[in-house]
Amino acid sequence: MNGLPLKRLVRRLLLLTVVMFAFGFALVPIYDVMCRAFGINGKTGGQYEGSQVSDPTRTVRVQFMSTNASDMVWDFYSTADQIEVNPGAVNQMVFVAHNPTDKPMSAQAIPSITPAEAAAYFHKTECFCFTQQVLQPGERIEMPVRFIVDRDLPGSVRHLTLAYTLFDITARHPPVAQVATEGVQRAR
Amino acid sequence: MSAVIDDDHSHGDDHAHGPAKGLMRWVLTTNHKDIGTMYLWFSFIMFLLGGSFAMVIRAELFQPGLQIVEPAFFNQMTTMHGLIMVFGAVMPAFVGLANWMIPLMIGAPDMALPRMNNFSFWLLPAAFLLLVSTLFSPGGGPNFGWTFYAPLSTTYAPASVTFFIFAIHLMGISSIMGAINVIATILNLRAPGMTLMKMPLFVWTWLITAFLLIAVMPVLAGVVTMMLMDIHFGTSFFSAAGGGDPVLFQHVFWFFGHPEVYIMILPAFGAVSSIIPAFSRKPLFGYTSMVYATGAIAFLSFIVWAHHMFVVGIPVVGELFFMYATMLIAVPTGVKVFNWVSTMWEGALTFETPMLFAIAFVILFTIGGFSGLMLAIAPADFQYHDTYFVVAHFHYVLVPGAIFGIFASAYYWLPKWTGHMYDETLGKLHFWLSFVGMNLAFFPMHFVGLAGMPRRIPDYNLQFADFNMVSSIGAFMFGATQIFFLFIVIKTIRGGVPAPAKPWDGAEGLEWSVPSPAPYHTFQTPPEVK
Ligand code: HEM
Ligand SMILES: [Cu+2]
Repeated sequence: MNGLPLKRLVRRLLLLTVVMFAFGFALVPIYDVMCRAFGINGKTGGQYEGSQVSDPTRTVRVQFMSTNASDMVWDFYSTADQIEVNPGAVNQMVFVAHNPTDKPMSAQAIPSITPAEAAAYFHKTECFCFTQQVLQPGERIEMPVRFIVDRDLPGSVRHLTLAYTLFDITARHPPVAQVATEGVQRAR
Repeated sequence: MSAVIDDDHSHGDDHAHGPAKGLMRWVLTTNHKDIGTMYLWFSFIMFLLGGSFAMVIRAELFQPGLQIVEPAFFNQMTTMHGLIMVFGAVMPAFVGLANWMIPLMIGAPDMALPRMNNFSFWLLPAAFLLLVSTLFSPGGGPNFGWTFYAPLSTTYAPASVTFFIFAIHLMGISSIMGAINVIATILNLRAPGMTLMKMPLFVWTWLITAFLLIAVMPVLAGVVTMMLMDIHFGTSFFSAAGGGDPVLFQHVFWFFGHPEVYIMILPAFGAVSSIIPAFSRKPLFGYTSMVYATGAIAFLSFIVWAHHMFVVGIPVVGELFFMYATMLIAVPTGVKVFNWVSTMWEGALTFETPMLFAIAFVILFTIGGFSGLMLAIAPADFQYHDTYFVVAHFHYVLVPGAIFGIFASAYYWLPKWTGHMYDETLGKLHFWLSFVGMNLAFFPMHFVGLAGMPRRIPDYNLQFADFNMVSSIGAFMFGATQIFFLFIVIKTIRGGVPAPAKPWDGAEGLEWSVPSPAPYHTFQTPPEVK
């Protein structure tokens, strides 16, 4: 008696189903954008290209944490626990990683900032987290991170923490394959 | 429309006078009453299976310490209990009620898509066989909770997780087809004169539920597909090591999960809205506001999901937004409760079994709503989250909400289905045993939860011992009572006082205009609706 013919109605409902399935996947990029925009989860952005003028009147304390994800056996630590920085200035901290096993391994470090609302004001100009690390048995490397704390960092934030979690990704990115291209990797 | 009627005739001729004989009747049936019956029986079997898993949980928690099962098996029990009750018991029960009652309520000869109806039912036994069989696989079945958070369900999952994912896909396809069928039936097959605003509320709430299903079941399918890809194809949706984020899982899951809890309650709202007027001998108070309140609840259910995730570290504005949006849901829900109470107000009430379940529904569901409001207070939820308080909350909305709604419907329509009156004394006994058992089981969980007892753990601190023992006794009582319900239903099917076409003098609706038991084919010519 009413409305659309059955076939057309069913086709529309099926279309809605497909759209919602796609929407589920669209939530992935949407989530990433939201995280960046609102600093959800302390996610930091990629490499920062800009530069800023240092503000000597203000200092912010930056603490460093290094954690191994489960099953990760490397030694992984920062060379200092914390530093005082001026917003706008470029700072550097060196992290150390050591592979104590007798096998080559690859690793990926994932950064995060606390408090999360400061994440959008923390810029990394260089970071070992932008690439993966491959260490030969017993090898030890120093890995720098260079960063700028934005001058617009809200005044309420006087203290922030940069935490890295180191994941063993040997299974996903076998180091053998990378040994062949090692020269290239190091040159980069 | 004409296509549907043709379809019905083309294969309706050979058994126009009644069902085919033997097993093949059930395998091949496209009759909405047969399929409704199968859904209801399937749901009841799953209810007993999921219930027996709950008995294992309560037996282990009867006393502190580890006595009966290994912790690893305990985790499989909590997971399977939740999955089976949600997807196997509650959802199929409502689809069964929809199959039986929606055509009868709107004066349609059958569902709009009878063959798809058959297929969507038969997917379910396959899905649950697959799911339950994982319990016997090496490494055990799913053990990560019914919410299957990554990375528990990806990196750390037992090997059987792939079967779990496939089972969820099958259930999802079944639900979506069921929902499409419901929408097509309601929009296309109403009898002349049955305008949208004349439809019984059960039809309205199911229409809205069906849209919720089509909106969120595909998202659930998406999230398990992402898990599948993370596990087998090397993607990193939920793996931080590869640039993904486990918190993303929770967002996608709860985008499905919160509307899902309303999928489990809206049809019960609808059924109760028929039953309370029938036994109050008054029309439903505020029909129009009921329809709009249901719509408002459905809309709001899409913007509150993060109230399940207050503690994952969302920004303060986010916490506030989700807190207030969640509290807003209490407004349309309150409208409904107000209308049910007003319907009873100054009515000529009688207390047959369906009415007892319906009244308990209103009171106890409201208690669950209040504990929900407490949980919605973001700063307080930091204390309550993942404790037994949450378990108390959702059992108060689901057991006396969804399950009592289903019991009330079953007693209300059993005379129509079987042609016999159920035994009123036994029905009342079933009600009181369920009522007492359920409150004994779940009320103390509020207390242990507020005192900090974590959920999903097989052991607990000594201080919680007494309340847990009470909970377990109540749970055993509730569980055993449902075997009694099975007995009552079988007894009613096999005999009893013959039911008239309209056994409840205050009842309204087209379903009471056909004889009891309802003939195999009804409304072949549409009824006239004034
Ligand atoms: C006034 C209405 C409601 C409010 C304000 C509300 C609020 C909440 C909140 C805030 C939580 C999260 C608690 C936590 O994990 O810390 C929760 C959990 C839950 N709610 Fe509700 N709720 C309401 C109604 C319902 C209804 C009607 C149902 C189902 C029929 C339901 C089912 C659930 C379930 C199953 C969970 C737990 C999910 C899990 O973690 O396993 N709620 N509710
Ligand atoms: Cu919710």
